[in-house]
Amino acid sequence: MTITRPFTLGAVAYDPKVVTIWEGFKDWFATRDFAFDYVLYSSYEAQAEAHLAGDVDVTWDSPLAWVRTRRLAAAAGREARAVAMRDTDQNLTSVVLVRSASDIIDVAQLAGRAVATGAIDSPQATLLPLAHLADRGLDPGTSFTVRRFDVMVTKHGDHVGGERDAVRALMDGEVDAACVIDGNQLLFAKEGTIAPDAVRVLSRTGVYDHCTMTVLDDAPRFIVERFIELLLSMSFDDPEVRPLLELEGLRAWRPGRTSGYELLEQAVDRLGFYGADGTILVEGYPR
Amino acid sequence: MTRERTTVDLGALGFDGGADVLVKLALADRQVGDEIAVRGEHPDLAGHVATWCRQQGHRWRSTDSPSDGDAIGFIERGSAVSARWIGAERCGHADPTTEGAIDAAPPASWGLAARGAAVEPGGPTPQFRLGVREEVWTDRAAPLYAQAAAAQWDPATAVDWSAPIEHDLRVEAAIVQVMTFLIENEEAALVVPARFLGQIHPHFREIQQFLAVTVADEARHIEVFSRRATMSGHDLALSTVGGRTSLQTLLDEPDYATASFLLSVMGEGTFVSLLGFLERHAPDSSTRRIAHLTRADEARHVAFSLAHLERHAHVEPDLRSRLARAVEQRHRALQGTAGLNEDVFDALVVLAAGDITPERVRTGWQHVQALQVEMSDARRARLARLGFTAGESEALSSLHTRNFM
Repeated sequence: MTITRPFTLGAVAYDPKVVTIWEGFKDWFATRDFAFDYVLYSSYEAQAEAHLAGDVDVTWDSPLAWVRTRRLAAAAGREARAVAMRDTDQNLTSVVLVRSASDIIDVAQLAGRAVATGAIDSPQATLLPLAHLADRGLDPGTSFTVRRFDVMVTKHGDHVGGERDAVRALMDGEVDAACVIDGNQLLFAKEGTIAPDAVRVLSRTGVYDHCTMTVLDDAPRFIVERFIELLLSMSFDDPEVRPLLELEGLRAWRPGRTSGYELLEQAVDRLGFYGADGTILVEGYPR
Repeated sequence: MTRERTTVDLGALGFDGGADVLVKLALADRQVGDEIAVRGEHPDLAGHVATWCRQQGHRWRSTDSPSDGDAIGFIERGSAVSARWIGAERCGHADPTTEGAIDAAPPASWGLAARGAAVEPGGPTPQFRLGVREEVWTDRAAPLYAQAAAAQWDPATAVDWSAPIEHDLRVEAAIVQVMTFLIENEEAALVVPARFLGQIHPHFREIQQFLAVTVADEARHIEVFSRRATMSGHDLALSTVGGRTSLQTLLDEPDYATASFLLSVMGEGTFVSLLGFLERHAPDSSTRRIAHLTRADEARHVAFSLAHLERHAHVEPDLRSRLARAVEQRHRALQGTAGLNEDVFDALVVLAAGDITPERVRTGWQHVQALQVEMSDARRARLARLGFTAGESEALSSLHTRNFM
């Protein structure tokens, strides 16, 4: 007799609430006769490798984890698919903030200055904005000093702490600019980390997408389809599921797409984070 | 019919400074799918509004078309912001006199919601043990609470703590003994409602409020009795096992109606007589004033309890026999104790005498005899008001603890 495992999702435990979220999803799926379970990883790198090894059927990936999984899969002659994402994951931007009173009015003036970023592996607060500046002729670490705030490295910047520390450094005058995701600029203003009218946007990246549900080509097709169907059926109008959607930070699930990862693919190459085959190139990156 | 498009003018405000408040107000009366135009001068307004719309589930469409005037774009209202209202139910009405305001058995899911609010479905289901209207409600709670709130007095200023004490030291010692007795009784009168307070379903707000102000009353009573006891430099007097055992039976009573009956109708009601006695016979103005102030509060507590139990007995005819059994049971439980501390009885005599002479002590003794008769008569009257027959009232009154409370 073969015992089939439930459809198993891999997620990274960047916050205790992750358990609440996936336990809630597990219960919700169970009421729809969908056998679901989850495995938590302490790093996206371990999760991507476990995915390739077949330990899980779907991964809840950061955009950077998507890039690595796609590359690892391609190197193995396989294919990764982005199958679902949050409505709030689409069309994001990152911003380079300066103090309102700063003399910096043009990106070129960052030359010789200090720029705060999030964690080394944060797509939104490090890789994308640094590549954005590099595209404008400013080589990170050479043209300007990068002051990195490494909070929960291996969690790909999921924890907001690195960005908050970067903004605090900007407010305290320790750096000349800080890179954050657009939503966090509004969040930090609301919570008071950024004083009213204290900062302005010096530059904004192009739009990109954030997290995705990723499957590989050997995932059980009909089960994956049912999984996507159930995700897309989750309604914010439903009081039973709404708390879970709120915790996970979305109003509705959307079908996955990969068009929003092009900027990050370029940034990863430009900054030498991963090789084309998914190898980690960054020196000293914790494993 | 095309609805007229609203324009929200944000001036120089960004979404990092409150622009979202204005936009939310502008969207509030729009239907899902309606658009509002956005105008403003903040240098990063388009970036802010795009981010905010994404987070809120609205659609953003920027424009630089001259035909759109000076609008920088349009927000199409999404459905998520009003999702919480779907299935939300009104939990009664804020005004308790409105028809249907007080639910007979409010659901646990209404939890801490303000009575009359629209309650979003789902969420926690806190368990409030006292969650049935017929067990706790009285229409008198609201006016009695209002009366209590208006009658709060400040212990620091309501009593003249510098009033001279000119009586004999042994009379003062008697006052200290009486105060010591009063304090531990008032502790029971604080702890018992406080324990039930946290068990009342918040839907019965007026009941909570009355119990809360009762607890505050008792806190002040404990303060003024303590200040009076130590006013002349005396240590507090003896707290007896008998006294504390009698009070313990009040603390041990788990049933709200029974505890309220034993504490307020029987105990605090008796205290109203005792405090009246102190107000009439205490030799010094401070004690008389304290007795006056606390007596008014205690009378209110009794009125609340009577109103609650009258209603409760009306809807649950068996309640009276339950209450009678509780008095009998308490009597049996206390039969082996010493009853009223003899020192307290003596102290009441000396206090009412005001001096240590045979003539005055005789007078004090007579006043205490009269007090006991008054206590019993008043208890019987209260029992009669709850529907007990004259015979039942007589019998139950005689079984009341000799410790007064």
